[in-house]
Parts: sequence; C-alpha cells; structure tokens
Amino acid sequence: MKIHEYQAKELFQAYGIPAPGGEVATTPEEAVAAAERIGLPVVLKAQVHVGGRGKAGGVKVVTAASEVAPTAEAILGLTIKDLPVRKLLVTPASTIEKEVYLSILLDREVRKVAFIGCAVGGVDIETTAKETPEQILRLDMSAADLQNPPRDRLHAFAQDLFPDPGQADQTVEIMAKMARLFTEKDCSLIEINPLILDGDGQVVALDAKVLLDDNALFRHPDIDALRDMDSEDGDELDAKAQGLSFIRLDGTIGCMVNGAGLAMATMDTIKHFGGSPANFLDVGGSSDPRKVVAAFNLILKDPNVKVILINIFGGITRCDDIAQGILDALEQRDVPVPIVVRLIGTNEEEGRRLLEGTQLTPAETLEQGATIATKLAATGGTK
Amino acid sequence: MSILINKNSEVIVQGITGRDGSFHAQQMIEYGTNIVGGVTPGKGGQTILDRPVFNSVAEAVDATGADVSVMYVPAKFAKAAIIDAAQSTISLLVVITEGIPTLDVLEGYEALQAKGIRMIGPNCPGLITPGASKVGIMPGSIHAPGRVGVVSRSGTLTYEIVKALTDAGIGQSTCIGIGGDPVIGSKFIDILTLFEEDAETDAVVMVGEIGGQDEVKAAEFFQSHMSKPVIGFLAGLTAPPGRRMGHAGAIVGGEDDTADAKRARLEAAGIPVAPIISEVTPLVKQALGG
Repeated sequence: MKIHEYQAKELFQAYGIPAPGGEVATTPEEAVAAAERIGLPVVLKAQVHVGGRGKAGGVKVVTAASEVAPTAEAILGLTIKDLPVRKLLVTPASTIEKEVYLSILLDREVRKVAFIGCAVGGVDIETTAKETPEQILRLDMSAADLQNPPRDRLHAFAQDLFPDPGQADQTVEIMAKMARLFTEKDCSLIEINPLILDGDGQVVALDAKVLLDDNALFRHPDIDALRDMDSEDGDELDAKAQGLSFIRLDGTIGCMVNGAGLAMATMDTIKHFGGSPANFLDVGGSSDPRKVVAAFNLILKDPNVKVILINIFGGITRCDDIAQGILDALEQRDVPVPIVVRLIGTNEEEGRRLLEGTQLTPAETLEQGATIATKLAATGGTK
Repeated sequence: MSILINKNSEVIVQGITGRDGSFHAQQMIEYGTNIVGGVTPGKGGQTILDRPVFNSVAEAVDATGADVSVMYVPAKFAKAAIIDAAQSTISLLVVITEGIPTLDVLEGYEALQAKGIRMIGPNCPGLITPGASKVGIMPGSIHAPGRVGVVSRSGTLTYEIVKALTDAGIGQSTCIGIGGDPVIGSKFIDILTLFEEDAETDAVVMVGEIGGQDEVKAAEFFQSHMSKPVIGFLAGLTAPPGRRMGHAGAIVGGEDDTADAKRARLEAAGIPVAPIISEVTPLVKQALGG
C-alpha cells in the first residue's frame, strides 16, 4: 500500500526521524494560511501516489507571500500521470549543504532487507544503479539484525554518506529508527531522497516515501486507515472486501477466472485471438456462489463490456458452486450481454448439468472460449 | 525417480485439525500420500483421520520419523508454525498458506536456512509426484506419471498446462508450484537444478509471470548449467504496469520484469515460449524429439 509524503512524515515524527514539519492544504486559501504560520520561504509539494512530481511541476519553492496562492492554485490544478492533485504539503524551505540518498527496502531477489545509499542525493536511484552501480552502497540486514541493528556496520555505511563523524552519528540514529519503523509497521520500502545536511549542521529527511506490505495490514489498522480513498478505484476496494481480486481495464470482454495466474493467462489468450479484456478478476480459491454474483455486479458496472467469459479450472473451487452462482446472478439481476462459460475440474459434470437449458454459450477449452467471446464482442455482443 | 518427494516420503500436516488442513489431508491420503500425522499446538494427543496429532513438528518427527511437512496454518499463525518446523529435523517444508506478511516469511525462511531445511512456497499449490505422492492442494486426477518436470509460480494455470500434457499422453516426473509471493523459499533456479540432476526427468516446463527477475535468472542458469530442454510459458502479457495482479509478487515494477521482456530473455537463452496454452504440448514433443 502507498501512503502520501505527509503521512510518511507523520510516521517519521512518531519514530523520531528528523523531517521538516508542515501542513496539508486542499485549497489555495489553506495554503496561504499555512505559509503564514510556517513563515516564508516555503515549499509547496503535490501529494500524489506517483514519482516524478518535481519534473511535472508539482514541487515549487515560494519566497514571496503574493506567490503562495497562485502557485498553490496551479499545483492543485495539475494532473500528474493521470492522478489529479487534491492535496498539497506546505513545508518550510531548507538550506541544503549536502544531499544524499538513503532507503531501506525488501529485496525479493536476495530475500533480504537492505539499506541502500548513494552519496549523490535527489537522483533516480534505479537509473544510478544501472548506469553507475559503483555509486550504490548496500548493507544487508537479517531478520535478527533488524531487531537489533549492529551499530558498527551502520556506522561504516553512514560514513560513506557523511564522512564527518558527527553527521555520520546522526545518520546512524536515523538508520536505526528506520529499521524499527520498517519492522514494526511491516514496510516494504522507506525511502529518503534526499536526506540532507541543512544550514544548522543537522541531518534531515527532506522527502519521505513509505510503502507497506498489504499482507500485513490486518495487524496495522492504524496504517490501513491512512489509505487515500480518492486515489483508489472504488470498485477495486469493493472487490477486495468481497474476497475478489479485481482490476478494471479498457477492453470489452469481461473475465471471471479462478486463480491469479490463470486470470492473467485468460486475458493474454483473449488478446492473442484479437479481443481485449475489460478486467482482471480472480474469484479466489474458495467457491462461494455469492462471490460469483458479486463478480457479475462488478463486471457489468462497465458499459464497455460486450460479453463475459467465465473460465474455471476446479481444484478447491467446485464447478457446481460456480454454476450455482451464475444461476443466482441471472435470477437476481439483468445480464444484458452473452456469457461464455468454460468449466473443468472438480464437479464439472454437476456444474454443466446445472447450466443445462440456460442461454449460456459453453466452451470446451480456454482457447475456444476466448475465440467465441472475441467474435461475440466484435459483433456488439447482442444476445 | 522424481524430485523432492516420492512414495517413501513420510508427511505430516501442520494445521491438520483446521478446515483446510483436514480436507486436504483427506485428499492426500486418498491419493496415496503417506500422511503419518499432524500438528496443531494444544491438540497433541488427539486423533484425526486415524492419524495422531502432536503439539509440535519436533514431537511429530520423533514419533513418526516424518521427513516432510505441509502447512495449512492461517496467515496470522504462519510465522510461529514455520519456526516450529525449523526446530525439527524434517528436510522439506511446503507452505500452502496465502497472505503471510513478508517479514514473517523472511524470518521463517532464515530459521529454516540455518537448519538446512528447504521451503517451497508460501502461497503455492504444493508439489506432486504423479502416482506416488501428493503434498498440496492440486487435483490429483489431471496428473499422470512420466518424464517431464513442471515448475510454476501459479496454481490453476499450472493445472491447465498439466492437463494439456496428460491429455497428449505426456506424463510428469514431478510438478511443483513455487508460489506467487515476492519472497519464496525455492526459486526457479533451485528447482531447475534438481530436475537437471534427476535421471528420470527428460525436459522441464517452466510457467512464469510478470514481476521480479526469477525467470531471467532461470534463463541465465539454463544457458550455463542445463543440458535438458526447458519450455516456457509466461502469464501477464496484457498486465498493466504498477498493478498487483492477484499474486503479491505479480506486479510489473520496471521495464525488465514485463512478460514481453522476460519472453525475449528466455527465447534468447534458447527456451522456447508458448504464446497460448495449447502450444506448450507441441513444443514439449518437439524438445523430446517426437
């Protein structure tokens, strides 16, 4: 899960990681009031869940009081990579004596948590890692290390970022606190880019990016509450609440599949035969007919859907449960588009029997189903 | 022969008294798997499915001599269960559980590593050596004994491919789902190593997807270390970037973990990639020289 910079900085504050304070504004008037309280110069920063805010004009330093309102208005009018800017962080401008990159992240490839550092700050770390890998510092942490970070190793790492002993000590403190935040809140990334030395000789996090492990949200209701509903698709959240995994796409063939890999392969197969999937939908491992009804409701919210392709390979999921769900959905609501069904595996006979006499189009294989659905979608999907 | 499990494998089920654990224990017994007992902390001394229940994996191993454990414990209790397994002398732990917090997996994995215990999963369907032993949740009936290994990050998609192989008369040595999470105990390379060494595997089908670099690493490994043919299939060619496609690990993060990028790397290494499921079987036949 992503959270905004201002929320990440609140977590920093709670864990004692130094970061400039600030206020959130949703209108130019609020930004002006915040800037008056904070004192000029200030930085206005768009709060959106994408990188590259600076390049898109979403981060501006303001030195004159008269410029706060128009600058805030301009940023609040931006749409950065399809996301409209709804909130600003108003924060005091800092004097930057030096800037570096520092993060702690989960590295899935080596199955370790690692601190990553770079003596050049404000950079795109992925580009740096590719082009000049020798500039990247790395310190692997075992699960035991995370519980009790080894100070000597942190210090050696910090010294490569800030050779000055006092500054290195400050950095070690920050790293130890990052490790604690990382484990206690189940993060997958904490990134400070840049971490700066300010005019007062203090090492400070000027930016903050925190990603959290979705699998661990059940034990962090406080973190789950930070979710920005405006930045998320309501249907996708709805689906999650009902035990479905759903992502809306822009095609015409609605998909209902059991299993994430098969759901992706179903979309790919549709594309292979010239069609276009309207969504990714995994009904999951269990086979509650109510999930099937919920899946129909989600798919049919999209007016572009011309046909629905149901592809079930029964294992834990029972084909007769899916068939019952289809019958329930047809009874409970109008389904204005044709349905192509392919059921195979556990209880497929029972499932097919249940669907006998309905208007559904049966398919023997995924590829046959995808071909039929593509043809139906191309002819407008009339029943 | 086969890899990791065979008809002599003695298997215990962690979470055997739970709904999923007892259901799948029954299914595995029906398939012929040698289930020798189960573990549920606090329920030691009970009996379920005519098998003894123990409080810990170590106790179960002492009493039964089990060498494999398969875990159906809910995500919240998974870390404790993995660490319990790490206190025993089993050689293989198969974690079926979905949705375990990643840091819990990491901690459990380190504990298993320290004892030299191999982990398959989490968030996986398990593994099966057809006709001998099934340790997982896959429908046994679609498999047939034979000489093609299957390794996959997915569940139902693997069933599709296995069924296509079986329908075409191509049996399998062992089929393994390694799991859809970002951190897993055994990666493609680990399993390819075992298949390469297995005298009764002639070729391998590798089913990958978007996210991570495991397929690319597997392609490099294939080029430098394998003599047996590998056939690829990749899910997620149409997946939009930055979106988690069901599996926690299935997210396109950059340019090099898309299905297209992986296909290019696999093909460059000499692993043909089937664009649709029905083209897997012909590629396998071709690789086997028939």
